[in-house]
Amino acid sequence: MKYLLQRLAFYAVTAWAAITINFVIPRLMPGDPVQALINRFQGQLSTKAIDSLYTLFGLDEERSLWQQYLDYWGNLLRGDLGTSFAFFPTGVGDIIAESLPWTLALMGVTTLISFVLGTGIGIYAGWRRGSWLDGLLPVTTFISSIPYFWLGLLAISVFAVQWRVFPASGGHDASVVPGMTWGFISSALYHALLPAITIVVSAVAGWILGMRNMMVSVSSEDYVLVAQAKGLSERRVMFSYAARNAILPNISNFALSLGFIVGGTLLVEMVFSYPGIGYRLFQAVGAKDYPMMQGVFLIITLAVLAANLLADLAYMALDPRTRREA
Amino acid sequence: MAQPTDVAVTTAEPSPVPARRDRMRFLRNPKTLTGLVILAGFVLIAVIGPWIAPHDPSARGPELLQPPSWQHPFGTTQTGQDIFSQILVGARGVLVVGFTAAVIAGVLSVIVGVTAGYLGGLGDDLLSSVSNIFLVIPGLPLIIIIASFLPDTGDLAIAAIIGLTGWAWGARVLRAQTLSLRNRDYVQAAKATGESTPRIIVFELLPNLTAVIASGFIGTVIFAVLANVTLAFIGVADISDWNWGTVLFWAQSNQALAQGAWWWFVPAGLCIALLGTALALINFGIDEFINPRLRSPGKEDRAVRMRIGFTPVVRRDYPRDADTAPTAPAPAPAAGPAAPRPGTAEDPTAEDPTAEDPTAEDPAAGTAGTDTGKETHR
Repeated sequence: MKYLLQRLAFYAVTAWAAITINFVIPRLMPGDPVQALINRFQGQLSTKAIDSLYTLFGLDEERSLWQQYLDYWGNLLRGDLGTSFAFFPTGVGDIIAESLPWTLALMGVTTLISFVLGTGIGIYAGWRRGSWLDGLLPVTTFISSIPYFWLGLLAISVFAVQWRVFPASGGHDASVVPGMTWGFISSALYHALLPAITIVVSAVAGWILGMRNMMVSVSSEDYVLVAQAKGLSERRVMFSYAARNAILPNISNFALSLGFIVGGTLLVEMVFSYPGIGYRLFQAVGAKDYPMMQGVFLIITLAVLAANLLADLAYMALDPRTRREA
Repeated sequence: MAQPTDVAVTTAEPSPVPARRDRMRFLRNPKTLTGLVILAGFVLIAVIGPWIAPHDPSARGPELLQPPSWQHPFGTTQTGQDIFSQILVGARGVLVVGFTAAVIAGVLSVIVGVTAGYLGGLGDDLLSSVSNIFLVIPGLPLIIIIASFLPDTGDLAIAAIIGLTGWAWGARVLRAQTLSLRNRDYVQAAKATGESTPRIIVFELLPNLTAVIASGFIGTVIFAVLANVTLAFIGVADISDWNWGTVLFWAQSNQALAQGAWWWFVPAGLCIALLGTALALINFGIDEFINPRLRSPGKEDRAVRMRIGFTPVVRRDYPRDADTAPTAPAPAPAAGPAAPRPGTAEDPTAEDPTAEDPTAEDPAAGTAGTDTGKETHR
């Protein structure tokens, strides 16, 4: 319990830090970005939008910084993330709420698949160290050095342009109305396949390497030796003795690398014009839609924190040391 | 607690003879060697690229969107620019940003990590919380946000952002390693003789952290290269400077994919992947150097086979800890249950934080360098 409380406190502090960073960034930047924006949009911005811009950038002369900070929190707690420039007058919150399910589904499934697959191969490669499987290492290294988005480009050019097996962009057929219908779901799955394969291929290599190295370290431990000396079957030693211990760090790494996974998934969405928050971020960057960018960043961070908490719970379930009453 | 890191300690042993032997061992590793050779090639291109480029990368030409030919080894863009020249010229920006960011992040991580590990107590709690927070906040979105608010997004600005946000991993690993060094006899002795804290940190601790710092540095270079290319690709960074990401940005915005112009984006991506692989290979070398268990059994090790009634022992001079560990680095576990347990081969990073905090700390440190490499491109 103490462990859980500690972690919860940590996540609370981190969430506070992320929100504060989000508040501070626009206020630290030099120049008058609002004026630049107003010029860029040449009168297309309403007075209300300009006002909210000034609040966002902290150029509201009449209010102290502290007052602005309190206002910012007040807005957040009411679920108000500001108004998007690019999709004016739609609120940032609405756009994110619409895009988030796409991202969560794509990322959740691919992350799970690549973790399970990578850990499995890693267990085997680490156990059979020195066999031909070590030849896989340079290959996985190479693959894990490829940027996600470039692999996405390659996948599009081969499977969508050259062979036309998969659609090159979008989340579903334009002719299908989103809803809980078979037509929509199958179309969405079909569109998600190529991005998903891209993410799994580039993500799995990292898990193989991490797990393989942990297996190698663990398999020369005394308890593995004892298990072998007892004459247990190799399978049992491999999975119940070595892998069970080697997987703990991998789960912890999993939590830590979630941030990177999210970054990669966002990029894949950008390349595939997949209607998740990564693509929204991409559009926002192109349109200098600052409220949108900040909203996306905040949501991503909070989602990563939540996922971290889940990983912590899994870790607690697997590692008895964390449950020990201190 | 004192045992595990012996191998890491030897890496920076001040007496010249073992140091030379060790460096030889590091370079004999074929992975490291391959990585270093490829990296040297890219550094060379970065230095002389703009001079040897056959064309001006921005100059428009008459041959539009041509596939590779002798005239244009990587083909041309929609406006007739030579892609080969763009790649050659672009290498400099990529490497400059990568290494500058890694230097900034490296310095920060040493300051935060070593201080936290050495001080302990409240200072440690504070500093490790800060680095954990930076570790959990997704790096790439943060960098995108900061960069898009900046009015100037030249190479140095991008490098600074990446460096200032990417130090946390290194700090965490260094802290774990420092914790284990802190209570060593030789540090205690230095304390007892009245050496000042800064002196102990700089002259007693830092030399023994060299390998960990190096591996963190290389990991950050990989991360920075990918982040930089990504920023250019999505159009956040200044696209007037050529780098591999800019090439991809133009390819994407000119529909190179739909036009089947594979030569427009394939070379840049391959260069990124090759550079990343080279750096990762160097890091494997460092990892195996720190943690001999990870080595794939080479020829010598393979000679050790299990036989009944015979315990395989390879006598090999380890420069410093020959007294504690006369046995060979671990033969493959597959060699059999009677394989000698390598006294020196404890994974230094995995072992120590466990003692300090059994719950959350140990795992991350376990695969220090490898993972820094792996995570980077996400």
